Amino acid sequence: MASKQITPTRMELTRLKKKLVTATRGHKLLKDKRDELMRQFLEKVRENKALRERVEAGIAAANKNFLLARAGMQDQVLNTAMLAPKQRVSVESGIENVMSVDIPTFDFKTRTPDQNDMFSYGFAFTSSDLDGAVKSLADIFPDMLKLAECEKGCQLMAVEIEKTRRRVNALEHVMIPELQANIKYISMKLDENERSTQIRLMKVKDMVLKDAHNYETF
Amino acid sequence: MYRIAVLGDRDSIYGFAALGLEVFPVAGTEEGAKTLRRLCEQDYAVIYITEALAEGLAAELDRCRQSLLPAVIPIPGVRGNTGLGINMVKHSVEQAVGSDIIFNGN
Repeated sequence: MASKQITPTRMELTRLKKKLVTATRGHKLLKDKRDELMRQFLEKVRENKALRERVEAGIAAANKNFLLARAGMQDQVLNTAMLAPKQRVSVESGIENVMSVDIPTFDFKTRTPDQNDMFSYGFAFTSSDLDGAVKSLADIFPDMLKLAECEKGCQLMAVEIEKTRRRVNALEHVMIPELQANIKYISMKLDENERSTQIRLMKVKDMVLKDAHNYETF
Repeated sequence: MYRIAVLGDRDSIYGFAALGLEVFPVAGTEEGAKTLRRLCEQDYAVIYITEALAEGLAAELDRCRQSLLPAVIPIPGVRGNTGLGINMVKHSVEQAVGSDIIFNGN
């Protein structure tokens, strides 16, 4: 049943029919978008999960190594060793467009060409555990950056999927049924009007004939 | 050209300085929130934050979630894994799909 007052005119009917065509087409397109986004999202989120598990395990291992290194060294020595970092990482960020969702891509560059050139201290006064700890952290770093890219992509895609899903549902369960009901209401009303006009005309014809020739048609 | 920041308690993050990331040791939640807000406005593409600190900054993290950059990524600190990072992934799945189909409630 139509929820609000609509005027049963031919013009309104044409307008609603056009609107229905647009809504149906929009619904189909949005549904396709949702399905494709969902497919890509699930792929990405699986990758995200695997990366996160790997990174968390890697960082936990590195933290263990750092703990050992700290145990074997004085705090001041450790602080001095880490005081002036030799390496510097900068990130180039690009934008990848996945089904009209912009997600960032990261590409990192190190200041020195050799990525392993990162020990900012002489090896004489620090424990060898520290070297191992720094190395283990460096090994996990590319994965960490990939994780950042993947996780951010997942978050942005999740927001977009939620939005698209709401739109699809609104079109499917509210807009389209309402339009169809209104169209049905108008066309029935118009038919009814037409029938009543027809009957009226027939009646008038009868009356006219009766007046002119004085005979009954039925 | 963007930079990478690491935010958290000092013990958890000082190692990242050797890799060439910029470390910002913070003591408490309030200081953490202030620093995170400041970093979000600067040219940082990725901000790693320890899970222990991230727990108190849910509102800040939510705000960063919608924007393209920076990506705020929780990492486990020296006190171990609190599961916050994996929960954020779960949250994404729930938001997109409606129910958690990847982790199956684990």
